[in-house]
Amino acid sequence: MSLWEYANPVKFLKLSDKVLPFFVGFSIIGLSIGLFWGFFFTPDDYRQGSTVKIIYLHVPSALMAINAWFMMLVASLIWLVRRHHVSALAAKAAAPVGVTMTMVALVTGALWGQPMWGTWWAWDPRLTSFLVLFLFYLGYIALWSAIDNPDTAADLTSMLCIVGSVFAILSRYAVNFWNQGLHQGASLSLDKEKNVADVFYQPLLFSIFGFVFLFLTLVLIGTRTEIRLRRTEALRLRKDSE
Amino acid sequence: MIALLQRDLLLAVRAGGGFGLGVAFFLIVVVLVPLGIGPDMVILSKVSVGVLWVGALLACVLSLDRIFSLDYDDGTLELLLTSPIPLEAVVTIKAFSHWITTGLPLVVVSPILGLLLGLQVSDLKWVVISLLIGTPALSAIGAFGASLTVGIRRGGLLLSLLVLPLYVPTLIFGANVANKGLEDVSNNGPLLILTAVTLAAFSILPFASAFVLRINLR
Repeated sequence: MSLWEYANPVKFLKLSDKVLPFFVGFSIIGLSIGLFWGFFFTPDDYRQGSTVKIIYLHVPSALMAINAWFMMLVASLIWLVRRHHVSALAAKAAAPVGVTMTMVALVTGALWGQPMWGTWWAWDPRLTSFLVLFLFYLGYIALWSAIDNPDTAADLTSMLCIVGSVFAILSRYAVNFWNQGLHQGASLSLDKEKNVADVFYQPLLFSIFGFVFLFLTLVLIGTRTEIRLRRTEALRLRKDSE
Repeated sequence: MIALLQRDLLLAVRAGGGFGLGVAFFLIVVVLVPLGIGPDMVILSKVSVGVLWVGALLACVLSLDRIFSLDYDDGTLELLLTSPIPLEAVVTIKAFSHWITTGLPLVVVSPILGLLLGLQVSDLKWVVISLLIGTPALSAIGAFGASLTVGIRRGGLLLSLLVLPLYVPTLIFGANVANKGLEDVSNNGPLLILTAVTLAAFSILPFASAFVLRINLR
């Protein structure tokens, strides 16, 4: 029994059938607790007022935007090395979710920036590198949709994802070098004793939990759709050739 | 390999189009910017480095699909694939010849266009140096983008969407070298990184491009 067994589309569909309801449940629970608690039962920040509550959307979506790209990178590598179709399709399904998360992070950031910094947008390293990440997502999705042959498309986009990752990291450091930022440092990191004040921190954890499962749910649904699309396409081709 | 380089260069010069067009495009961008911003030389000299770099970038992107598409269409690329030269070397040579036909002319005319944008003669040195070191990276990265889109009809817009984000680090470091040079601040750091980007792009990316080309020629 190894993990690779689930690279078989049939087994993957069976397993995802079983776990999907739980993922949906977890994401609903996490999001509703996190957002309700965050929006209605936390005090206003003494300097930021109620705008601080944007954090419950901004931080988790930004987190998932980066992790979605990372997941696509891993899935692309698996596709290139082991040629499991499910892996390539999962990478394909993750891209639209990732681009949406990036979009959410950018928009909520702008809404937060306007009252706090007095500007919707600043050419700050974090903001700029997120915009660049957004462009990378767009290019990746556009390449998928431009190629007809699914295997070629999977190969090419995987390579783009790998090369793109290198350049995305390079861009991240390049923009740091290019301009000093307005954005605060990391809100959450594992090696710090104290991150955000506890009242804000606990609902944020629920919200992140919800976003993680929301991402997993959407990617699973997307992958299942892609697998079924692939199947119908195969059936149609077989029927045409008869 | 040298024969291939000669062939590509001859084709670029004789078959018309490619060689002069990039420079002409570069010139047009530089002429259009003052028309949009206004004739104030002080403002222009401030944005000049950025305009020259972005202009060079765009001129480079426009000519990228020439690297492979013609050879792909008439089957030359398949012959090159079966030739004794490894495909990685073919890609490197093609990127290099693209640089000679577009990057190098841009570097040569950039001081003249820099003068149009209000740069001092003594400042031109850094613009030329940064472009000279940075533009080869643009060709190598562009060759990767061109090999991704070689099989796609009308892939021009897609090509620029794929390649331009990859140009971000080169642009940042290149413009930074020139700007710091103009301000008489030490620009050793960005200069070294820019060189590293170019060297890495030319030594590593051809492998990715050749991988992608083999898939496209399957």
